[in-house]
Amino acid sequence: MTPRNSIRAEMYRLRGLFEAAGAQPVETAVLQPADVLLDLYGEDIRARAYVTSDALRGEQMLRPDFTVPVVQMHMEHGAEPACYTYSGEVFRRQEDDPDRANEYMQVGFELFDRANPAAADARVFALIYDILKPMNLRAATGDIGILMAAVDGLNTTERRKHALRRHIWRPKRFRALIDRFSGKIPAPESRVKLLAAEDPMANIGPMTGLRSETEIFQRINALKEDAAAAPISENEVALLDAVLAVRETSPYALERLLDIAVDLPEIRAAVERLEKRLEALASNGINVDQLDFEASYGRTQMEYYDGFVFGFYAESRPDLPPVASGGRYDALTRQLGQGREIPAVGGVIRPGLVVKLGGAA
Amino acid sequence: MSLKLGVPSKGRLMEKTFDWFAKRGIELGRSGSDREYAGYVQGIDNVELVLLSAGEIPRELSAGRIHLGVTGTDLIREKLALWEQQVAELAELGFGQADLVLAVPTCWVDVGTMDDLDAAAAAFRATHGFRLRIATKYHRQVRDFLREKGVADYQLVDSQGATEGTVKNETAEAVADITSSGDTLRANHLKILSDGLMLRSQATLFRSRKANMSKADAETLKELTGLLQL
Repeated sequence: MTPRNSIRAEMYRLRGLFEAAGAQPVETAVLQPADVLLDLYGEDIRARAYVTSDALRGEQMLRPDFTVPVVQMHMEHGAEPACYTYSGEVFRRQEDDPDRANEYMQVGFELFDRANPAAADARVFALIYDILKPMNLRAATGDIGILMAAVDGLNTTERRKHALRRHIWRPKRFRALIDRFSGKIPAPESRVKLLAAEDPMANIGPMTGLRSETEIFQRINALKEDAAAAPISENEVALLDAVLAVRETSPYALERLLDIAVDLPEIRAAVERLEKRLEALASNGINVDQLDFEASYGRTQMEYYDGFVFGFYAESRPDLPPVASGGRYDALTRQLGQGREIPAVGGVIRPGLVVKLGGAA
Repeated sequence: MSLKLGVPSKGRLMEKTFDWFAKRGIELGRSGSDREYAGYVQGIDNVELVLLSAGEIPRELSAGRIHLGVTGTDLIREKLALWEQQVAELAELGFGQADLVLAVPTCWVDVGTMDDLDAAAAAFRATHGFRLRIATKYHRQVRDFLREKGVADYQLVDSQGATEGTVKNETAEAVADITSSGDTLRANHLKILSDGLMLRSQATLFRSRKANMSKADAETLKELTGLLQL
């Protein structure tokens, strides 16, 4: 066990480095209203966060991360551009792995800046990279924005694209949808039967519950539309798979994605953002020739990153979670901003892991 | 010390458990008045009967306060994390069968599979502004199952009883509950999704992996498993 006081000392040291880089320190409450987090993450958050309650404020969660409260605080009364740092405990419920910590410290850096997203991405990454440099960690990077653009670029119905975008963070379900939409897997028997019926609503029986007859009727129409739509072509599935399979050092990954963009032009803008980011990283002193890029990276994390994503790993300790991680979350600010939005990127370091692995000083 | 056997303290589950042991030459029974939760064991020495609510037996096994216990597989999985590490299954007793299933209103003619449920949940949320509600008391198992199936845009609402009625009362859109015959579901105009079976449960004799056992207790267990032909 690493003593808590040495982790805390490391936490303050790291926060000092973030402050020296221009961040304003902020504090957030440990107890967060559950409804905001539930609305954002869905029921899965209950499996990851501790929920408690009282008669006055209802359900509350021990903060599973700082990002949500910091974004809320910024959206309410932040100036632009803004840059924050924070530090403290976060709490993650563990139900399957007794070796994973259910309470640990985090130090974070969040940047809200409209002017130049590529430069902002590079600034956050380079800052954390430089701090952790003495530890010789492996940096992993990816870009969810390229995956989203690839889905948008498919020649199929808007409804199918929406379903795929919704499940980008659930790779298994995403694959099942692709198999269905491309005709690789036939529609379930119950659906075939339903659509073959002269009047699918004929056997509806008594109505129960809140979901109305109109909603059921509308979904049947959507199913009919889907059954009539052409399957996603083999060629397009191959292109999507090619994007998902990109896993190279950054310059080769960029080259590969530019190649794919010839046949899937909708990803070009997103790939160009990657190109600009790599230039910005290089001008921040990062050797991008050695930097890994993996198109599928970040797909199984919490679903708010929608652009650049990164993580730092101790290669000798595959059993440990990443020492640091972060990414861009523009859509989260839109969701929490009640009509307003601001491009945002950030990252966190776990001081407990830094100390455990021998320190970064 | 003696070997402690936890058995449901009332109802059919208790009677059927007593029958199951009696058929194998071990007589279990309640002693004293009907209201007193004390029991006796005949046919083997050094075994103590502990009468408990079926819902508390998983916790007692996990804490090691009883060596053996009879309860449903559903309760073990719901209440114990990493249950295989805490208890071992000794025998399925062949009664108390119940399936944990996901059911939706029969009028949802467009929803037959979990895949449909996910799509319906997305549309429901867009229309109503909140996530589709599933009433259950089996939160962990249902959540794990829905995650495995890739269902999003739902929420679980707690229901400790009369769960099938929540849809009619419009406090939930779907239910995840235990059923043995499906009669209650049908009576409430609900149908089971074709791939909505989460678990087949039945009354099962479990051994605690956490309970300390003296040498004498270990011998008693050996004798008992011999008598029960396990």
